[in-house]
Amino acid sequence: MNSVSPWLVLAGLGAFHGLNPAMGWLFAVALGLHRKSRKIVLMSLAPIAIGHTVSIAVVAVVVVALGFFVDQRPLEIAAGVLLIGWAIYHMAYGHRHRVRIGMQTGMAGLGVWSFLMASAHGAGLMLVPVLIPLCLSGSPAQELTAAGSLPIALAAVGTHMAAMLAVILAIAISVYEWLGLSFLRRGWINLDLIWTAALVITGLILIM
Amino acid sequence: MALWQPDPSFYPSPRMAAKAAKETLAYVASFDPDRKKPDAIAVVDVDPKSPSYSRIVGQVDMPNAGDELHHFGWNACSSCLCPNAPHPHMERRYLVVPGLRSSRLHIIDTKPDPKNPKIVRVIEPEEIAEKAGYSRLHTTHCGPEGIYVNALGNAEGKAPGGIFLLDPVSFDVLGQWEMDRGPQKLAYDFWWHLGHDTMVTSEWGTPDTFENGLVPEILLGSKYGRRLHFWDLHKRKHLQEIDFGEEHQLVFELRPAHDPTKAYGFVGCVISLKDLSASIWTWYREGDKWAVKKVIEIPAEPADPDLLPPVLKGFKAVAPLVTDIDLSMDDRFLYVSCWGTGDMIQYDVSDPFSPKETGRVRIGGIVSRATHAKATNGALNGGPQMVEISRDGKRVYFTNSLYGPIDPQFYPEGIDGWMVKLHVGENGGITFDENFFVDWPKGHRPHQVRLEGGDCSSDSYCYP
Repeated sequence: MNSVSPWLVLAGLGAFHGLNPAMGWLFAVALGLHRKSRKIVLMSLAPIAIGHTVSIAVVAVVVVALGFFVDQRPLEIAAGVLLIGWAIYHMAYGHRHRVRIGMQTGMAGLGVWSFLMASAHGAGLMLVPVLIPLCLSGSPAQELTAAGSLPIALAAVGTHMAAMLAVILAIAISVYEWLGLSFLRRGWINLDLIWTAALVITGLILIM
Repeated sequence: MALWQPDPSFYPSPRMAAKAAKETLAYVASFDPDRKKPDAIAVVDVDPKSPSYSRIVGQVDMPNAGDELHHFGWNACSSCLCPNAPHPHMERRYLVVPGLRSSRLHIIDTKPDPKNPKIVRVIEPEEIAEKAGYSRLHTTHCGPEGIYVNALGNAEGKAPGGIFLLDPVSFDVLGQWEMDRGPQKLAYDFWWHLGHDTMVTSEWGTPDTFENGLVPEILLGSKYGRRLHFWDLHKRKHLQEIDFGEEHQLVFELRPAHDPTKAYGFVGCVISLKDLSASIWTWYREGDKWAVKKVIEIPAEPADPDLLPPVLKGFKAVAPLVTDIDLSMDDRFLYVSCWGTGDMIQYDVSDPFSPKETGRVRIGGIVSRATHAKATNGALNGGPQMVEISRDGKRVYFTNSLYGPIDPQFYPEGIDGWMVKLHVGENGGITFDENFFVDWPKGHRPHQVRLEGGDCSSDSYCYP
């Protein structure tokens, strides 16, 4: 991890999450098509990004909070096991979730949907290997404090959100304005498989 | 099991689905009305270039006798592409085939050889009764929360009938769908408006009122179903009931517009107690409620009582008995099966409140016994019943049996099964394909038709 800037990794993961149609850009496009409005496409991206970010932020805050009580190594192992467990759960039962939000949703419902989708997919967990060293690396000379860790954690979440928002904005507008939806028939590759693999790899990085 | 790219038979919108390749095979439910030998799913060759065109080229028999196969559907379809619950890498591969009488559910694999499907799982009625509380399984649809199956009775065979969910991967019974059923008791068909988060259900009756045929006292007392129910699809909550009134009995097949932005659909009412006519109603959004309007009335035809079955003799007329309808993918043409008179009528429903007849053919019928160019027997019985439209809207297939115990009430000498095909003109108009006539093997009767890759009553869409 030392070779790549953790900020770059956070942004990269933001882009990866944004790319996945299941994380929201497709929902924004669909709502725009239903209501025949580009404005709706753009407006929908805000609650989608916020819902996603809240889901990530919850994980970041939990990581920082646990960092005060648990040593870094056991925390890494626990998080790694959780990630792999999540991947297995996602693989086995990811298709079984209740569908709570439909095409008539308002902006608040869209935010809730995005939060639930990101949480169910373990989006925040995928960031843990970056968050732990970034937020909890109190050097020997400098003691770990909430005042020191929280701003870094928030900056990490913000970086992730900015990258995600940039990607969903670019894709949603391109699809709505120019590409259309027919490319989905061949172009929607199984990001869920890649996603599950990413969860497992992240878990292994933490444990090893 | 999961694919790398979406199943090629999934389409984001009905407009794209209408450009799908022509079907080459049809799957047809085939049942023994005497309940002596097992029912089957027959595979019919519908490729005009094939030497076995218009013939049954494969068949999978059920493990038991007496299921009464009726309606069936796919494990996954275009709704898997919906943005709120995407599962695009499922495979359209398994037919979900319920027994209406047995309440047994069969999962049939159509790959690797589509002409030689195999049963991969049988879910016994006891399991469904225990986990979902339902029996007498009727219609299935693939949708946002997996596979939806509806049932006409509860575990004891009484009211309420309702819907339950199946896991689309393991096919395990997940449980009852309704969380708040409100006043709904009777069940028949169900479908939805994905764009409006709305489920619609219709009504027949409880199993004890139809399993030995229609009961005249119940019918004339207007005690069979006559209501539509509207539900919140995601909260699974009953929202509204619309009563068609005492005159109308048996509110059956529901065909919502395929375009998810349109908030209207069509439902057939089998019979009016006033004059034996049948009717088509449009349901639509009015303010923040749903409303209905009768848009088509098909009159009964006067007939010589000597030619009529006992149930109709006193009326001296043939009831049209509209028992199935189907809507083309572009929501332009509605096909209406008149099982009594023998007519298949095509209406242009571009304006859903003002349908215009654009085509009509006659085959079979209680009195008319109209024949087909390729039929050897000059007087066909049964009439147009389960109708299915190809995704491009150019071909229409239908069969002639309604339901084991009801068939002899209207066709007392029994029904000899057949399946036929229509060609659809560019701007409407329907004609028989004179080379397509499946003389159904004796001992079995055909019911619902499902086309390879999907058809006009198998898939729902989230994008306009």
